[in-house]
Amino acid sequence: MDRSQIWKFNNNVDTDQIIPSQYLLLPTIDEMKAFAFEPILPDFAKVVKSGDIIIAGENFGCGSSREQAPRILKELGIRAVIAMSFSRIFFRNAINIGLPAIICKEAYNAAHHGDQAELDLSKGSLKIENNILSCTKLSPIMQRILDHGGLVSFLNEEVL
Amino acid sequence: MGMTISEKIIAAAANIDHAKAGDIHTVSIDRMMSNDGTTHLTIDMYNSMLKNPAIADKSKLVFIIDHNMPADSPKTAAAHKKIRDFAKTHEIAFYEGKGVCHQIMMEEYVRSGELIFGADSHTCTYGALGAFGTGVGNTDFLYAMVTGRSWVLVPETLLFHLSGSFREGVYPRDLILTIIGDIGAGGASYKTMEFTGSGAHAMSIGHRMALTNMAVEAGAKTGIFEPDEKAVEYLSAHGRQAKHLFKSDKNARYEKEYFYDLGKIEPVVARPDNIDDVVNVESVKDVKIDQAFIGSCNSGRIEDLRIAAEILKGQRIADHVRLLISPASNSVYQKALEEGLMGIFIDAGAMVVNSNCSVCWGSCQGVIGEGEVLISTGTRNFKGRAGHKESKVYLGSAATVAASAMAGKIVRAV
Repeated sequence: MDRSQIWKFNNNVDTDQIIPSQYLLLPTIDEMKAFAFEPILPDFAKVVKSGDIIIAGENFGCGSSREQAPRILKELGIRAVIAMSFSRIFFRNAINIGLPAIICKEAYNAAHHGDQAELDLSKGSLKIENNILSCTKLSPIMQRILDHGGLVSFLNEEVL
Repeated sequence: MGMTISEKIIAAAANIDHAKAGDIHTVSIDRMMSNDGTTHLTIDMYNSMLKNPAIADKSKLVFIIDHNMPADSPKTAAAHKKIRDFAKTHEIAFYEGKGVCHQIMMEEYVRSGELIFGADSHTCTYGALGAFGTGVGNTDFLYAMVTGRSWVLVPETLLFHLSGSFREGVYPRDLILTIIGDIGAGGASYKTMEFTGSGAHAMSIGHRMALTNMAVEAGAKTGIFEPDEKAVEYLSAHGRQAKHLFKSDKNARYEKEYFYDLGKIEPVVARPDNIDDVVNVESVKDVKIDQAFIGSCNSGRIEDLRIAAEILKGQRIADHVRLLISPASNSVYQKALEEGLMGIFIDAGAMVVNSNCSVCWGSCQGVIGEGEVLISTGTRNFKGRAGHKESKVYLGSAATVAASAMAGKIVRAV
């Protein structure tokens, strides 16, 4: 199984930290991604590697409805965001764009910044060191959207 | 079991008799609003990613440019042009330079009992008229625009009983900050915050908007008031009628109930960088400020401008302070002109700027620099929200902001 490096964040990481307002009207997500976490981790976009995961505390993604927030994380190769809880708009946006957003109450305390983890998305399990943690399942509708790779594919394949 | 207002609106939108918290339903969306924060991305997706792009019902759509209005760079101008051209081609109602999207929606479109999606988190504002407004991202918006439908999880409801009346110098803005301080930034996650009681019914629609607008800052899906005579009067004055005048049933189920005596609320501020770090103004008095802002979808209405004008009349702001005032819409601007408030602001040394998201958005105008401190009636005080990442934002009422602009430091108005 692929191993992922952990980026650990605290409670209430808001969307202004993930992508500040002044970059939202740039023409493309590709141009925006360089500014991921600029206020708190300015080098993030330079050093993050494809396949890395984010583990956070409560209320990740609170604040604005800007979908640019999950989209730049996906564009940078983040494989999943795992948090104790999510703000509802971020949670819905992440699934809608095909970025797994996973609720796992125990991950935050088990994780250390820079640790390696093994995430099994199909089983919904996360292994950090020798701890195997189980994650909360998505609702059936959200799982279906994620299985399609996001809401646009769901729309094209099941509705239009 | 009875139903809450939220459950009734969702049941009506799902065309079923009964909905309860925890259910997931497919619903028809009554209205959809998108602004320049994300519409350029929605348009790109519509044009390049859909198999058969078509809009289900263009009469339900409203596009509003308010965040970076007027444009601040060629790239912003290009994004705006894309939105403007798309709206024209597809005959979508379009506004630019007329005000903050939620104020325009309240003045022109929102009807009690509607289910409204907005590609902006503060869409929860519409509950001031007893509508269920909720913020979505632009992919959800795209789906709703193309199909006319979406899915919703019926939220639990927290009921806030408001009794008594505010003391002099205390406003609904202080109340909602106090509530968020009490329940926390995630205290209403996924839920409806419903406001009831004599204190709720006594508030103007504008003041109700100050409460419902901030519901999302406690994580709520929406904030809502029962539509009463004031809501009906507001709709009538704006040439509209309610879709439904839903009230929560006596035996509706609430997850939790809270009781607030308005007479006990104090003037408060939310300290940087967390919305739920709320303290009495007294405890941060003498914090020196560089800039003050009155405006935004939270507190840029005529009620707020009157409060500020009363304090600033015949006074001058402190020498080292910039005070920016942005009325929430051009109709608010016009009213303030008619009432002579603008002259008071200019005489006091304020800059009156156009109706837009302005300083609250931290990107368009009035951006603050490294180490600077802002006191604001805006919606958020996140790190870097108003400009440089090492700047600070305090949130308070229009009265606290006006008084602080005069003093050059944070002070109580009364």
